[in-house]
Amino acid sequence: MSEVKYLTEFYHLNEFQGLEGYKKNGGYVQLERAFKMKPEEITEEVKKSGLRGRGGAGFATGVKWGFLPKNGEPRYLLCNADEGEPGTFKDRMMMERAPHQLIEGMIISAYAIGAKKSYIYIRGEYDYPIACVVKAIKEAYAAGLLGKNILGSGFDHEMDVYAGAGAYICGEETGMISSLEGLKGQPKLKPPFPAIQGYLKKPTIVNNVETLAAVKYIIRDGAQGFRKYGTEKSAGSKLFSLSGNIVKPGNYEVPLGYSLKDMIFNLGGGMKPGRKLKAVIPGGSSAPVLNAEEVDRATLDYECLASMGTMLGSGAIIVIDDSQCMVDMLGVLTHFYHHESCGQCTPCREGTGWLNKIVHSILEGRGRLQDIDLLLKVADNMKGRTICALSDAAALPVLSFVSKFRDEFEFFVREGRSKVKGTNYAQMHH
Amino acid sequence: MFQLSSEGLSAVKKELARYEAKDSAIIPSLYIAQKENKGWISNDVIHHLSRVMEIPESKISEVFQFYTMFNQQPVGQYHVQVCTNISCALEGGRELANHICKELKVKLGDLTEDGRFTVSRVECLGSCGTAPMMQVNDKYYENLTNESAMNILRGMK
Repeated sequence: MSEVKYLTEFYHLNEFQGLEGYKKNGGYVQLERAFKMKPEEITEEVKKSGLRGRGGAGFATGVKWGFLPKNGEPRYLLCNADEGEPGTFKDRMMMERAPHQLIEGMIISAYAIGAKKSYIYIRGEYDYPIACVVKAIKEAYAAGLLGKNILGSGFDHEMDVYAGAGAYICGEETGMISSLEGLKGQPKLKPPFPAIQGYLKKPTIVNNVETLAAVKYIIRDGAQGFRKYGTEKSAGSKLFSLSGNIVKPGNYEVPLGYSLKDMIFNLGGGMKPGRKLKAVIPGGSSAPVLNAEEVDRATLDYECLASMGTMLGSGAIIVIDDSQCMVDMLGVLTHFYHHESCGQCTPCREGTGWLNKIVHSILEGRGRLQDIDLLLKVADNMKGRTICALSDAAALPVLSFVSKFRDEFEFFVREGRSKVKGTNYAQMHH
Repeated sequence: MFQLSSEGLSAVKKELARYEAKDSAIIPSLYIAQKENKGWISNDVIHHLSRVMEIPESKISEVFQFYTMFNQQPVGQYHVQVCTNISCALEGGRELANHICKELKVKLGDLTEDGRFTVSRVECLGSCGTAPMMQVNDKYYENLTNESAMNILRGMK
């Protein structure tokens, strides 16, 4: 069992696939087939397929769609292309190489949920991917694939792109809705969930790029066909972004349930000469870290990683070798979460600041032994107490780094230098 | 006093008509104005946008301050943003940022003496498989070494 080619079926072409190239390779055939189905049949098929949100939370897509009110109230489809989770670069590749894949999946999904308008919210730094998606949408309009009465189906749909402006929190679905409404990208209290009250207080479905693109393959292969790969609870294939200290970083599509060890040592080409695997963050920077022994046992599916106390998240696998100092790496992460906290909930706004200060005081040689337990205590107090999951996302790496690599933290406090690097923070970074 | 060009003004008007909610035009309009104001947003810019968009300054200001892509101070002709988040940090992103600062003789966030460069450290730009990397204005440069990065920057006119 190795790489599979669904979402990545066009990537070998290595360049932007416009409408012509996409159609030559079977593009928009599934849209025509979808229009022959009733919208509720599509939703049912997506439910049966077991497709789960590929952006990070892993919520069942069909179930999410099912939360929409059954009346004819206007609703929106919002594609989450904010891709801010450190380590993740899979959606960017799809937008750059095969944006029509996303657009086709979106029109099918919009038809299923009855949305006449959709937005693709793309992070502002993605200048080139934005240009690619804008170009593809223009092509789709010109070909009658967007607009009024698409392909004679009687279904109307308008699609537009919205560029963010640099805020990790806008990847959180209600933060994204706030941002699209022209506000600060601060998350909103749930309930009401977006499916009931989202963009402009109208029912809104927010799905990740990869999730929406996958819908096309559920139409093509049916729910059972989609389940050919994956496990009972983690159906289908998924894109994984492999990065860090690894020979062949990149995006890989494998069936869910694939071995993490094979991902790293076969597809990823293993460790650099003379280096050993020390740790892996399996699902983006918010996912608790695994040590080398745990990596041996892990498979890339929602249930296995959850049972090991971590998560599949966005599928960003960050590989850390034995030349790295875990205290130093945690400092990178605490800095990030402190910078990105939107500031509206006290435990997160203050907690992320304290975590960052404490880790940096250890790094700068001012740490005390009790600071290590203080980190755990602060992190513990940040969990489950805020409007959105950023606070938890900041706490989880701290808890896992400190509990699994405590010796490195204690050494740094006692000696004022890194156990791995042998030097202090200033020497490490100047 | 800052004023949008006539093209800028018509672009802002287009954004105002583009979305269901008028406020949705704030972010796109800030981009348009920032481009016309040498890469940053001054109080003048907010004041002018407020007038042409008929949206209170406080609202525009709040949005402007929330997002990192809007610069609160003047930046160089080339804004060099080096990713130092985890995947890049593992592959030398922080060392690259230090090297560029040293070579350009500038501190993080400051302008070089000739006003051409500003160097910043930024969070994840979604270029983790091609680390280390930098973004110069709108463009990504990936798989960098200290040498290749400096060659790219020195080649900028």
